[in-house]
Amino acid sequence: MLDVIIALMPCVVVSVILFGFKALVLYATSCAGCVLCEYISRKIMKRESTVGDLSAVVTGILLAMNVPVTLNPLIILFGSVVAIVVVKQMFGGIGQNFVNPALIARIVLLTSFPSKMTNWTAPFAYLSGSADAVSSATPLADNSNISYLKLILGAHGGCLGETCAVAIILGGIYLMLKKVISPVIPCVYLGTFAIFTLLSGNDVIYGLLSGGILLGAFFMATDYTTSPINFKGKIVFALGCGILTFVIRTFGALPEGVSFAIIIMNILVPHIETLTLTKPFGSKRRTAKNG
Amino acid sequence: MSAKNNINVPFPKKPYKTHGGVHPHHNKTTSGVESVIMPPPEYVTISMNQNIGADCIPCVKPGDTVYLGQIIGDSDKYMSVPIHASVSGTVEKIIKQRDPAGRISDAVVIKSDGLMTPYLDLKAENPQNLSELTDTVRQSGLVGLGGAGFPAHIKLNVPEGKDVDTLIINFAECEPYITADHREALENSWDVFSGIYAFKDIIGIKRVIIAIENNKPDAIEVLKRIADNPTYDPDDLVRILVLKASYPYGAEKVLIKACTNRVVPEGGLPSDVGCLVMNITSVSFISRYIKSGMPLVSKRVTVDGSAVKEPKNIIAPIGTSVKDIIEFCGGYKSEPKKLILGGPMMGVAIADDSECIKKNTNAILAFDEAESSLMRETACIRCGRCAQSCPMLLTPPLIEQQLKLNNLDELKKLDVMNCMECGCCAYSCPAGKHLVQMMRNAKAKLRNVK
Repeated sequence: MLDVIIALMPCVVVSVILFGFKALVLYATSCAGCVLCEYISRKIMKRESTVGDLSAVVTGILLAMNVPVTLNPLIILFGSVVAIVVVKQMFGGIGQNFVNPALIARIVLLTSFPSKMTNWTAPFAYLSGSADAVSSATPLADNSNISYLKLILGAHGGCLGETCAVAIILGGIYLMLKKVISPVIPCVYLGTFAIFTLLSGNDVIYGLLSGGILLGAFFMATDYTTSPINFKGKIVFALGCGILTFVIRTFGALPEGVSFAIIIMNILVPHIETLTLTKPFGSKRRTAKNG
Repeated sequence: MSAKNNINVPFPKKPYKTHGGVHPHHNKTTSGVESVIMPPPEYVTISMNQNIGADCIPCVKPGDTVYLGQIIGDSDKYMSVPIHASVSGTVEKIIKQRDPAGRISDAVVIKSDGLMTPYLDLKAENPQNLSELTDTVRQSGLVGLGGAGFPAHIKLNVPEGKDVDTLIINFAECEPYITADHREALENSWDVFSGIYAFKDIIGIKRVIIAIENNKPDAIEVLKRIADNPTYDPDDLVRILVLKASYPYGAEKVLIKACTNRVVPEGGLPSDVGCLVMNITSVSFISRYIKSGMPLVSKRVTVDGSAVKEPKNIIAPIGTSVKDIIEFCGGYKSEPKKLILGGPMMGVAIADDSECIKKNTNAILAFDEAESSLMRETACIRCGRCAQSCPMLLTPPLIEQQLKLNNLDELKKLDVMNCMECGCCAYSCPAGKHLVQMMRNAKAKLRNVK
C-alpha cells in the first residue's frame, strides 16, 4: 500500500500546485476521515485494527482526487464515511469489498450533490484571490478545444487528481516497475477505449487525456480486491471497462463514464472469474473436452 | 547403421514453457565444499518406514549381530523396499517411533561396533532384462532420493503397453540450500553415466535428458564434457538441458513439461506420456550397487542454515540422529528455533534433533530465531500472486472461499487434488497466509468424501 501512496504523490503535488491550498485541505480531510472511520468501525466490531495497512489512506487520497476543489470539506467527510463504513467495513474489511470504495463514494456524492460535484475551477484560480471568481468546465463537457499540451500538463479544469496526465502516468509506471500492478488492465482498458473512440471518429488523444480515464485505468481498475485474479479475467474486465466508458461518454447523459464503467465491471468480477478459470495443469475433465 | 537415425524424438534446444514458479534465494553455500564421510555414530535408529507405501517388518531381534548391508527389515507388499543395516554391530532394541507426520512405525536401534564390517553375501549384479533389473533395484533398497521416497523398482517397472522413450535425469535441485545432488554429480559424475547405461537399453530409452538448473555451472560443464564426448556417449543419446533456475522445476510433472512439452494427466504417471524421471543421485547409486553390491546404507545430506556452525555436505549412515550430524558439523552456532528435514520449501519441520535421517533425507536445516519467524497473517486482498506462481494453475483464493463454505462439489471443480504442495503460493503471498495448510485441508476433505 505504501507503494500506491508513493505512486499517487506526483498527482497530489501537481493538484496542490494547480488548485492551491484548498486541495491540500481536501486531501487531509478525506484521509483523516477514512482512517478514523476504519479505526472506529473495527473497534465497534471488536476486530483487530487494520489502520496500519494504509489501505484507508489510499482510499482517502483516491476519493479526494475524484472531487472538484470547490467542494466543502464536510461533504468529502461524508464521502469517506460511505467509502469506509458502508462499502468496505460492512462487507468485511480489506479484501472483502466487491466494489471500489472510493468510486462508490464519488458516485454517492455525485448523485447527492450534483451541482457541487461539478463546480469546476480553472487552475491557478487561487492566485487571483477569490476562489470562485473563475469557473471553468471539465474538458469533457466543454466543447472548446483545449490544447494537448495543456491536457498533458493538467492546466485545465477538473477533479483534483485527474487533470495532469503526466503525473498519473508517472505513478502508473512506478507501480508497474515495482510490480505492484501488472500492465494488463491499464493497457487493455485504454487500448479498447482508444479503438472505439477512433472507430466512432472522435479525437482519441483528447478522449484519453481528458476526464478520469487515466486515473481510473491506473489506480481504480487495477485495485486487487475488485478485479479478477487470473490473467484472462483481467483482460475481459479491462475490455468491459473500456467499452462501457466509451458507451457512457458517447451515448450517455453524463459527461463522464469512468466511475460507472469500473463499478459495473467490479460487480461482474465473480462471474468473469468463473468463466475464465484457468485449466489446471493436466486436468482430466477439461482436457477431455478439448480433445 | 548408426543408432542416431533411430531417434524419432528430437532433443529440445531450450526448455519448454511452464507456468508459475517462484525465485527464492538459492543459498547454496555448500556447493563448493567437498562432502565429508561421517564416522559411524554410536547408535543408529533405522525407521522401518523409509518409503512411500508399506512399512517393513524387522527381521532381526535384540541381541543379533548385524553387518553393514545386511537386510534388517523387509515386507512382502508390492510398494515396499527392504531396509539394510547401515553400520555393523549389535541390535540393541526394536522400538515404536512416531515420525514427524505423526505415523507410528517400528525402528531398529543398532549399537555400532565402529568397524563397518560388510555383510559377506553382498555381490555385484548384472541385470539383463526388466524383471532382473527391478529385482536388483529392489534388493538395493533404493527409494527415490530426490525427497519423495518413491520405491525406485516400481518406477523402473514400466507397465506393459506403455512405450517409455525418454529418461529425464532430475538434477534441478530447485530447493534452496540443498546441494547434495550437486556434490554427487561433481564427485561421482562417472557413476551417473554408467548408471544410465546400465538400464537404458533394458527399458528401451531413446533419449536421455539431464535437466540441470543454471545455478550449477560447474556441474553443467563436467556433465557436458562427458555427454558430448563420442567415446563415452557414441550414439549421442544423452544430452544436457539447462533450465533457468526457478522453483519448482524439480517437480516431476513440471520437469516433464519443461523437457518434453508433454503434460502428465491428472492422477496419471510419467509413463502415461512416455517418460521416466529419476533423480541424479538415484541413478549413480544404481551404478554403484551393480558394481559393488553394497545396498543403500548411507546418504549424502546437506547440513546448512543460520544456526549451523560449519555448513557442509556429509555422508552419514542412514539412521544417524540429527544431533550427531550437527555435532559433527561443529554444533550449533546459536540456539536453533526451527529444524527442517529437507528443503525450506517442502521439507518437514521436526520437533527436536533426536530425529534420525532416512533414505530420502537430503538436507538438515537449522535456523536461528531471526530466520524462522513467521509473517503476521492478514486478510487476502486477492492480488493474485498465488495463482500467478502456481505451477499447476490453481486459484488458491477461490479454493479458500469454497473451503470456508465447505462446498465440496465446487472444491472438486477447482481441481484441488492437482496441488502438489510445492509452497509457491504461500511463498509469494504478501498477506503471509498459510496457503499450503489450507490446500492440505481442502485435499483431506475431498479425500475423506471418497
